Amino acid sequence: MSHHFKLLKPIGIITYSSCAGPKEMAGPLGQYIDISFTDDKCGEKSFEKAECDMFESAVEHALEKSGLTKEDISFMSGGDLLNQLISSNFSARDLTIPFIGLYGACSTFAESIALNSMLLSAGYGDYAISVTSSHFSTAERQYRFPLEFAKQRKVTSQWTVTGAGAIILSKDKKNINVVDVTIGKVIDMGITDADNMGAAMAPAALDTLEYHLKNGEYDIQEYDYIITGDLGKHGSDILVSLAKNKAIDLKNKHVDCGVQIYDNNKLDCGGSGCACSAVVICSKYLRLLSEGKIKRILYIATGALLSPLSILQGESIPSIAHAVTIEGV
Amino acid sequence: MTHIEIANIVNNIGDNMDKNSYNAYIEAKKPKTTKAKNLLLAFLVGGAICTISQLIFELYLYLKLTEDISYALTTMTLIVIGATLTGLGIYDKLGKFAGAGSAVPVTGFANSVVAPAMEFKSEGLVFGTAVKMFTIAGPVLICGTTISVVIGLTYYIIGLF
Repeated sequence: MSHHFKLLKPIGIITYSSCAGPKEMAGPLGQYIDISFTDDKCGEKSFEKAECDMFESAVEHALEKSGLTKEDISFMSGGDLLNQLISSNFSARDLTIPFIGLYGACSTFAESIALNSMLLSAGYGDYAISVTSSHFSTAERQYRFPLEFAKQRKVTSQWTVTGAGAIILSKDKKNINVVDVTIGKVIDMGITDADNMGAAMAPAALDTLEYHLKNGEYDIQEYDYIITGDLGKHGSDILVSLAKNKAIDLKNKHVDCGVQIYDNNKLDCGGSGCACSAVVICSKYLRLLSEGKIKRILYIATGALLSPLSILQGESIPSIAHAVTIEGV
Repeated sequence: MTHIEIANIVNNIGDNMDKNSYNAYIEAKKPKTTKAKNLLLAFLVGGAICTISQLIFELYLYLKLTEDISYALTTMTLIVIGATLTGLGIYDKLGKFAGAGSAVPVTGFANSVVAPAMEFKSEGLVFGTAVKMFTIAGPVLICGTTISVVIGLTYYIIGLF
């Protein structure tokens, strides 16, 4: 049974919104990001509360831009990296919008867009919101080490993006639309190094990319960009060379949100986290689509599905990648 | 790795095969670490910290304190320095390039206790700070204590003969 779905009808993207912290605003996409947080703690008592602020800001700003109210929204789906999805769930509590919590690690934003689009195109609901957030400090304290601990970062480490991105989808066709989705399979090629997530996720990205191109209606040439979520520099190199051996030429087509979000070579191997691709897509690429500067993108977000416990128990890192085609008219 | 070997790995992606080949491929493709530079920096920073410690020790001797007390005071002084620099957000910046040079001396131990103590303050003083304070340094204490007991017992048993 195929896991690529051409949507019953194109699902319109009405508005998009992004917010981010100081390091991201200082990066190449600062000019495109809507809301800037100058303080990582956003004036709150904890980083977790700050992440909620970012999550809520992205949603509220998207609503403001659209002219819709919270009551107009049929459902919201999204997630974050934290245990029990507290950033998302606590934000959903404050937003009072019906909520579907999702965990796909850094693939959550694409997962949410895919799910929402499938539901809306099947006739369920009028408007839906896709939203994800992440925060460097909340991710470090859960997955890695305290912030002040003097640990050397590895060459393949990635920096969790502090920010959030949200889009509002409509059951009707608009100027920018989601037209098809591929739901990914969990792929595990036995990588056990939690500091090399690019290597863990590249096979999942390749699997979904290959399946999507084989079963979808568009040739790779018909996409302006193939945008991966957060493979980082190292993971991107791996994907491009693996794809080449499958006769998929990603040169001049492939961009990676983890590489785009920070100035080259300045922050580890690139960005990661749910907000990495959410911020990049909701700032630069949806704007390029709405301005007609590009016609069609394939957005493949990848997620490394490990937990701090699984690594300590000697498990390898399973990964997943979900893909959606977004096009302008 | 040859293109044929890579092609073999790639054709099996998605099946539960050739994980070994993929891992070997990843190892071969890993970006070069700057081992020589890391070693040199660790040596220089670690050495600098130890030299400063020796100067502090000499200072206490100069202040006419006994040797025993000077040893203890020197360790305490270093811990205060490590803790203070951690609190000021400086020690982790040092660790980024110094690596083991800042982690191994007792200042690094202080950093490994103060860092989680600061981090988990948001969960309260008891269940946050107090519980989490030794998440990193815990093994150091366990190992140190256990090995001391083993050595002590061994020394005692040898002494009986």
